[in-house]
Amino acid sequence: MSLLALQRDFGAFLRDGDAADARPGMRVYQNNYRAQLVACLEDGFARSRAWIGDDAFEQAVIRHIRRVRPSSWTLDAYAHDFPDTLAWLYPHDPEIVELAWLELALAEAFVGPDVDPLSPTDAANVDWDKAVLHFIPTIDLRGVTSNACDLWVALAAGEALPAAAMLDEPHTAIVWRQDLISRFRLIDAREKQALLLARAGLSFADLCAAIIASCGEADGVALAGAYLGRWLADGLLDHATGETQCA
Amino acid sequence: MHGQSRFGLGLRKPHYAEFLEHRIAVDFVEVISENFMVDGGRPRQILRDVRALYPVALHGVSMSVGSAEGLDRAYLARLRALVHEIEPLFVSDHLCWTRVGGFNSHDLLPLPYTEEALEIVVANVAAAQDALGRTMLIENPSSYVAFDGAAMREWEFLDAVCARTGCGLLLDVNNVFVSAANHGFDARAYLDFLPPERVGQIHLAGHSQGEALLIDTHDRPVPASVWDLYAHVLPRLGPVATMIERDDDIPPLRELLAELATARAISIGSERLAA
Repeated sequence: MSLLALQRDFGAFLRDGDAADARPGMRVYQNNYRAQLVACLEDGFARSRAWIGDDAFEQAVIRHIRRVRPSSWTLDAYAHDFPDTLAWLYPHDPEIVELAWLELALAEAFVGPDVDPLSPTDAANVDWDKAVLHFIPTIDLRGVTSNACDLWVALAAGEALPAAAMLDEPHTAIVWRQDLISRFRLIDAREKQALLLARAGLSFADLCAAIIASCGEADGVALAGAYLGRWLADGLLDHATGETQCA
Repeated sequence: MHGQSRFGLGLRKPHYAEFLEHRIAVDFVEVISENFMVDGGRPRQILRDVRALYPVALHGVSMSVGSAEGLDRAYLARLRALVHEIEPLFVSDHLCWTRVGGFNSHDLLPLPYTEEALEIVVANVAAAQDALGRTMLIENPSSYVAFDGAAMREWEFLDAVCARTGCGLLLDVNNVFVSAANHGFDARAYLDFLPPERVGQIHLAGHSQGEALLIDTHDRPVPASVWDLYAHVLPRLGPVATMIERDDDIPPLRELLAELATARAISIGSERLAA
């Protein structure tokens, strides 16, 4: 048997082999393989596990290991599809998948690229009539319909858990890293739209015009200023250039 | 390859703060390369801070030098970037495979010690060393199965890999003990065969008794059986970098430093005997 054929057979045994018929050594390898994947998901989704309970989480992990084979050199990548498995298992409980997504996004932001964000001092020197905003690379966005963010906060603090609930209206969760700490907050539909336009390369002047067109002169100017101030304070801006990158 | 007594510990998360806040009495620390092959954030910052205080060895678990399909170029590129930044004392990985057909086992899987496997490992180690621009150390694994049709013993296989690629050996004494018990060979014969000039580093660790086999668990102190083998092999090797490897049930740092003191004492005794 060639080495390639041996390795394919070995891999197939690890994933689907019947341990009862296997040599003791093969059972050790299969157990090690599964234990690594279980540990990866338990470490990555501690709050999701606390929310749905140990037994339900164990069942979800078993289903995930059957469904998804690890393919990357890094075990961290094995966590990427776990929220999809939870969505498949719990189609009527959006807080479960949204909580898992939040854990995953925070973990990914934690090891994302380093940047030196635009400081308020730097911002004072920007020509805002021409500026285009460039955002940091760790930003992730997802629409949320449940109170998953409140659940995350309560679980992190060890506080009494609120019941799962739907938000009055859908929001967007934004996750990013500021300095060395992963952060998140909910943003409303207007801020999301402004953020998407700015990230698409709209100049800040054109962004202001778009917000004014949507909200009126007085509110629009105030909102644009508030968004810029918040994005600066949160460390969401990498830098600002004076040239428009796309029309 | 060897020539200097250095004594180090594996750097694990529960001890990060102590290593950064105090000058710990080690000559180097060893980290798991993959834990720091990320884009940025706190892990890379911690490694940079540790590197400013201690020499660092990079020890990998995912290179898969035994993979019949060759090396993962994206993995190598990330490791190369880390090597350039950290300038490590050693770069090492295991004689094993982890990857086939888009599947990654995340476990150190055994190789059949055949001529075909030797050609593949030699080609992969040579390619890795070319990509990294430096020689590597390859560690003998613990194993739980052996394959029919082997053309050589594990120590002969390792010797051939070293001779043909110029790589060194990371001799894990515990792994020799575990595999010797599981496969019924003489651990001392294994150690007596190894070319001393190839051994660049030694790992010392503990193991557990499984249902039918010894398991390389790294979750307990170095046992007397492994200390005995360490004392047996040192006179042949001479001064060599030695490290205590603990990956689970990690105790207070002082307990690992006490184990390292034992390694120093055995090494000093060995050098005095040689003198």
